[in-house]
Amino acid sequence: MATVQVSEAEKVYILHGIRDDLRVDGRGCEDYRHMEVETDVVSNTDGSAKVTLGHTAVLVGIKAEIGKPRPLIPNEGYLEFFVDCSANATPEFEGRGGEELGTELSNILYKVFNNEHSLDLRSLCISPGEHCWVLYVDVLLLQCDGNLYDAISIAIKAALFNTKIPRVHISSDDEGGKEIELSDDPYDCMRVDVENVPCIVTLCKIGHRHVVDATLQEKACSVASLIISVTHKGVITCTRKVGRGSLDPESICEMTEAGRRVGKALHSPLIKLLQQEESLGKKRQKVGFLG
Amino acid sequence: MAGLELLTDQGYRLDGRKATELRKVQARMGVFAQADGSAYLEQGNTKALAVVYGPHEMRGSRSRALHDRAVINCQYSMATFSTAERKRRPHGDRKSTEMSLHLKQTFEAAVMTQLFPRSQIDIYVKILQSDGGNYSVCVNAATLAVIDAGIPMRDYVCACTVGFVDETPLADLCHAEEGGGVSSLALALLPRGGQIALVQMDARLHQDHLETLIEAAMTACKGVSKVLDGVVRQHLHEASVHSRE
Repeated sequence: MATVQVSEAEKVYILHGIRDDLRVDGRGCEDYRHMEVETDVVSNTDGSAKVTLGHTAVLVGIKAEIGKPRPLIPNEGYLEFFVDCSANATPEFEGRGGEELGTELSNILYKVFNNEHSLDLRSLCISPGEHCWVLYVDVLLLQCDGNLYDAISIAIKAALFNTKIPRVHISSDDEGGKEIELSDDPYDCMRVDVENVPCIVTLCKIGHRHVVDATLQEKACSVASLIISVTHKGVITCTRKVGRGSLDPESICEMTEAGRRVGKALHSPLIKLLQQEESLGKKRQKVGFLG
Repeated sequence: MAGLELLTDQGYRLDGRKATELRKVQARMGVFAQADGSAYLEQGNTKALAVVYGPHEMRGSRSRALHDRAVINCQYSMATFSTAERKRRPHGDRKSTEMSLHLKQTFEAAVMTQLFPRSQIDIYVKILQSDGGNYSVCVNAATLAVIDAGIPMRDYVCACTVGFVDETPLADLCHAEEGGGVSSLALALLPRGGQIALVQMDARLHQDHLETLIEAAMTACKGVSKVLDGVVRQHLHEASVHSRE
């Protein structure tokens, strides 16, 4: 990830501030930065969303294609994740520089969504064993200022909410094989139920306390971080510890509790915002990057 | 495509434009705070983001530094969801490498590199949505980004892709027109002096038509330069109002 150099004096300043629940930009330890979410930014895709969290900017595009289901699970569709750390974020990501971070991010996304509760994959099946919908979730990292996991997960949830998959009719043709017809009507589509899609919360341990939504500066002062993915009911689907340092078990329990609390509180405002955006329909002013 | 008329008898194209009409251009500078310069440009349905870092010290091999001018390093990449068929690799394929080299050549002609010896200027362009004229939109977006970064240039660099159908040049091709067997020519122009930074065509065209086509391209580019100039002035006006408050 793009790193910043932080001097010892700055580290001490940040540490002391966090000890008193006051961060450099005035937030509390469990406050997020200003977040902006907008869906339907790229019209070429079946669903898209753009999330700006402070200076971190993420764009997610989802394309639905018909493919063959996995041999072990013939009656479910699946998701494929690809994270592109573009050179826009930092020149270090030019060429193949961003591949390492991209693979790490997409591996975590696979783990987060690898359970039967997050998404109803059975609704993505067209005919068991032969055809299913494959959702290609492409994440584009545009600007990097810490807390990538949270921004990416919120963007994925918003993009999945926005995804419109065309309805399919299966008919058998003359030789007895199956023919797939996509509905021509652009409004005749199936939506994905995103109620149980988890959101990722990253907690960084700085000193003896933990903070949510750390900036790059705060990350440089932290020992280790814990990544937790939480659904709206408070169910944890994936936990991972990242970073160079080590954590003791009490901190992990504390951070998990805090993460669950913060994660649970993220979902309802997000869904409300998405529903509000959707209710505006055609009247909505599409801003995208022009705002 | 059989049955699709690229230019009707009344003079209308597939999307209703006239032969010399450009698509709607909307742009914004200073989109990202962390980069030195950034710009977002939409030309019809093609959307591109350009980001500039520099001038800064040479990254990587110091031996590639030039003693009398700056090195311009460009990377062109497309988002995997930008095309109708999903692209598996954003960059690294031959087309992207070729585009990166073309962009480098174009900007080396315009940027005053002799003011920054032994340094490097990075220009990264990302196509978010592709609907024809990718190279031109990239050049236009990158011009705004370089201006936003405060790097001195000789002139705006404006580009346009033109095609030749039924003895008529069509300005600013969209994707359907590009694929319809049209001889297309991409041209990057420095409008004030009328200097051409890059011209590229890989289709068959009778040499009698070449001059008309280049003339049409230059007129279209001058049209684009007016729009870009308007965007830059608007951005400066907003910035000055903001700093006064």
